Amino acid sequence: MKRLFIIFLLMLSGNGFAVDYRQFSNPEQQEIYESLTSELRCLVCQNQTIADSNAELAADLRRQVYEMIEQGKTRQEILGFMTERYGDFVLYKPPFKAKTGILWIAPAIFLLTGLIAVFLFVRQKKKLSGIESSPEKQEKIRSLLENGDQS
Amino acid sequence: MLKYIIPLILFIVLAVFLALGLNLKPGDIPSPFINKPAPAFSSPKLDAPDEKLSQTDLTGKVWLFNVWASWCVSCRSEHPVLNQLAQEKAAVIVGLNYKDDPDDARKWLDTLGNPYTVSIMDQDGRIGIDWGVYGVPETFVIDKKGVIRYKHTGPVTDEDIQKTFLPLIAKLQIES
Repeated sequence: MKRLFIIFLLMLSGNGFAVDYRQFSNPEQQEIYESLTSELRCLVCQNQTIADSNAELAADLRRQVYEMIEQGKTRQEILGFMTERYGDFVLYKPPFKAKTGILWIAPAIFLLTGLIAVFLFVRQKKKLSGIESSPEKQEKIRSLLENGDQS
Repeated sequence: MLKYIIPLILFIVLAVFLALGLNLKPGDIPSPFINKPAPAFSSPKLDAPDEKLSQTDLTGKVWLFNVWASWCVSCRSEHPVLNQLAQEKAAVIVGLNYKDDPDDARKWLDTLGNPYTVSIMDQDGRIGIDWGVYGVPETFVIDKKGVIRYKHTGPVTDEDIQKTFLPLIAKLQIES
């Protein structure tokens, strides 16, 4: 049991090592660094942020972000620097543009289609159950249950 | 009738999306640099570290900028293609030796042949970041005015040379 617990703790610790820790004199800069590195995509391993990734490019980009913050650059300036070089793809949250519109709208469309489908389905089911419960049918069902099918 | 048509439509929509998805190459990220001026650099040459090369030295020439490294496996498969292209002398080929050990890089060129008119060193990957490099090898085509006209990600094949690079270079050579 104790051993399992230690293994569990070791599993938790894995994430802590992924990011190389950088010390800023100013807590605001620390915050910008942490939020930026977790919203910029690592272009080598595309489903990871540069904070998560151990790829060399991710380390270089973290260094770049760190240096730009130290130089006093703002969030927007750093994001601008990255998109100028790597395009919108480097952002985990792409801006709303004609090209990316479908990304943003599609989930709403799917949800709406689903809701309409459920609504139609339920309404149809209700109609059907209305027919089933007509008195003649009920009578027939009862006689079938009592006497069995003699046809 | 509707009972059959709706699933059919759903199936077709799904099939179209899957087919599109299969043909997408997530590794190919469109470069924001196309038709933009080449990012500035000034970096020591691999074979003569005392001399520097900057992008302005290449103004007036059509040149290829090929990102390579001795640790890069696909660069090895691309190398004979570049050697072949260098023999045709269609354009100046400049190499960016990306995050490499200069000794390893020079050894690599000695054994495999050197297609580059000149290679420059980018040991800490800063020029790479400025050019939006995310995977080695990458190849840019730059026109006489210093504007990036094309980018190829991954190893260049003979087919790419014949179908894309040579026609584009020929076109750019005519431009003033």
